[in-house]
Amino acid sequence: MPIIKDKQLIEDSWDFIADNAPITTGNISISIERWQAEKQTLINREGLLGLRLNSATDVAEIIADLANFQLIEVDFPVFGDGRAFTQAKLLRSRYGYQGEIRAVGHFMRDQVCYLSKVGVNAFNPADWQDLAGAITSLDDFSVSYQQ
Amino acid sequence: MVDSINISLFKVNHSMYKYNDTDQTLLNERVVQFREQTQRYLRGEIGEDQYRILRLMNGVYVQIHAPLLRVAGPYGLLSTAQVRKLASIARDYDKGYAHITTRQNIQFNWPALERVPDILEELASVQMHAIQTSGNCLRNTTSDHLAGVCTDELEDPRPYCEIIRQWTTLHPEFAYLPRKFKIAVSGSAQDRAATQFHDIGVHLVTNQAGEVGFRILVGGGLGRTPVIAKEIKPFLEKQHLLSYLEAILRVYNLHGRRDNKYKARIKILVKETGIEKIAEMVETEWQQIKDELELSFERIAEVQAHFTAPNYLSLDNADLTTDLQNPAFARWYKNNTQAHRVSGYRSIFVSLKAPDSPPGDITDSQLDAVADLADKYSFGLVRLTHRQNMVLADIEQSKLFELWQQLDALSLATANIGTVTDMICCPGLDFCGLANAGSIGIAKEINQALEDLDYQEDIGELKLNISGCMNGCAHQSVGHIGILGVDKKGVEWYQVTIGGSSENEAVIGERIGRSVTKEEITPVIMTIIDVYLKRRLEDETFLNTVKRIGSSPFKEKVYANH
Repeated sequence: MPIIKDKQLIEDSWDFIADNAPITTGNISISIERWQAEKQTLINREGLLGLRLNSATDVAEIIADLANFQLIEVDFPVFGDGRAFTQAKLLRSRYGYQGEIRAVGHFMRDQVCYLSKVGVNAFNPADWQDLAGAITSLDDFSVSYQQ
Repeated sequence: MVDSINISLFKVNHSMYKYNDTDQTLLNERVVQFREQTQRYLRGEIGEDQYRILRLMNGVYVQIHAPLLRVAGPYGLLSTAQVRKLASIARDYDKGYAHITTRQNIQFNWPALERVPDILEELASVQMHAIQTSGNCLRNTTSDHLAGVCTDELEDPRPYCEIIRQWTTLHPEFAYLPRKFKIAVSGSAQDRAATQFHDIGVHLVTNQAGEVGFRILVGGGLGRTPVIAKEIKPFLEKQHLLSYLEAILRVYNLHGRRDNKYKARIKILVKETGIEKIAEMVETEWQQIKDELELSFERIAEVQAHFTAPNYLSLDNADLTTDLQNPAFARWYKNNTQAHRVSGYRSIFVSLKAPDSPPGDITDSQLDAVADLADKYSFGLVRLTHRQNMVLADIEQSKLFELWQQLDALSLATANIGTVTDMICCPGLDFCGLANAGSIGIAKEINQALEDLDYQEDIGELKLNISGCMNGCAHQSVGHIGILGVDKKGVEWYQVTIGGSSENEAVIGERIGRSVTKEEITPVIMTIIDVYLKRRLEDETFLNTVKRIGSSPFKEKVYANH
């Protein structure tokens, strides 16, 4: 499945592994609960590791572990839940996370511009396909009042 | 599309914020974005739920009869070019009138959804918009309608309102908050901006060293659960204004409740968490951002330069003895004009509370006429008040009589500002999809019962607020008398509160008893007024009488026959 990363359409190389599914090879993303339960096993495995945050996750609690992740996913349980914006902002600006920050779940095309401004650089929407349109929407605003 | 800034629309000496290229570009891009969103919706590419969020963030509600478009009046200040544009929109896209809201905004009740993008483009041509006038986001910042001209001001709050306006506009992190978020700023001793009933209230104050900064309140609000705001920061240095607001918003965005929309406002977070704990969370967050988001004194001065005083003439106070012999003018002068900080001038209220017109409504021709009068008499600026009237702030005293005559001819000189017929009233069941009961009809009926002007004058200062549902758009819970429409099995009933106030001594009104029917409500209000007139001490206002004697004498009389 294609996703958007750095304003390009690319094939997704990551798999999210549900908590009750076995860990696979390759690049995988896991929940914060699984990370906390199986930390050592996950660190020792081959392949890149990603972490999917809940919208209620306190980003400060994973700071010590950030170096283990090449991907952090911020989740939209519903498009009106705006906590992911603050999570991404803190990861990028306060904690200096340099890896991929990806929006997943039920966000809208109309949110990608704001998401990119708070540090999200990849987008994998759950319920729509017009990724080309979303790439256009990334440039909805050429100016901004915020720093 | 607006290619460049239309300078000719704004006189250079206008004491208001004038857009630069960045402001205009942002606005134009927002119009393009909303047009595209609306087209996608009309083509069926976006669902109803998603479009709802998108349109709300641009001030578009869907009401009983038609969409409602709420246009932002930045802290209530408009140029006459902007007022004329509102008149032409009322004429060309609506049914010839507009409505002024309690947050200094302007509403159109009848636009067609597919034409809203065109209206926004028209608004953009005069530096106006509908951005964030609704939805769960940072709303229009409101302020004192007498800012810059009143006699009790520490510093003009409008430059700070503009700085906040810019910071809140399209803020990427805070566009999907748990619930709506409203900020009000006051710079005067008397709070005319209801700051204690906002999510954040900002007061200009002086500290012990004599420096001017801000006192910050948080967690106030009206609606279903009226709450008086609590102090979170007694004194904040000016340069930290935005970082402190950002810290509050970040704490709210992460911790505000999202499980129940009736418990999602910051007032509930403050109540459930405790002000001390919230203050600590905000402080911790603020310490981490205060240096990176500093507001420089150069930046403040740059915005202040937009609000320099107009070119006042050097005048003595005028002798109005002869004019004041006209009793109708004298009544208007007493109720509808205010002292001005510059000698020889007064501020005047344009009353939008004529007895035969819905409170806060103004027609297209009246808008044009007010613009003409503002150009002639008041340096080309018009202000909107949170009690749904207008202000012309800078009138030469010697011109008051001729201005009054012209306003009177336009039905805009009803001499009732601050009196019982200067009611705040929501659109109610006549227009609003949320309402449980009518409000405009009640206002009209009360007006008819109070048609004797001398009786009105005798009652004196009395703020009567009427909301058609629990959402409380007309601030009934802080009315000296508040009327709240409720629905009981499909029938309109009304609850009455007394003793509320949104000013310095903030009080939430007390319910006097069971709700009453539509037939009973006007007689009940008359009974309450009657009890006041009988029980008041000399010159005692309604509010002070309620404070002194409590609600029991009113209850007893109102429910005596039931």
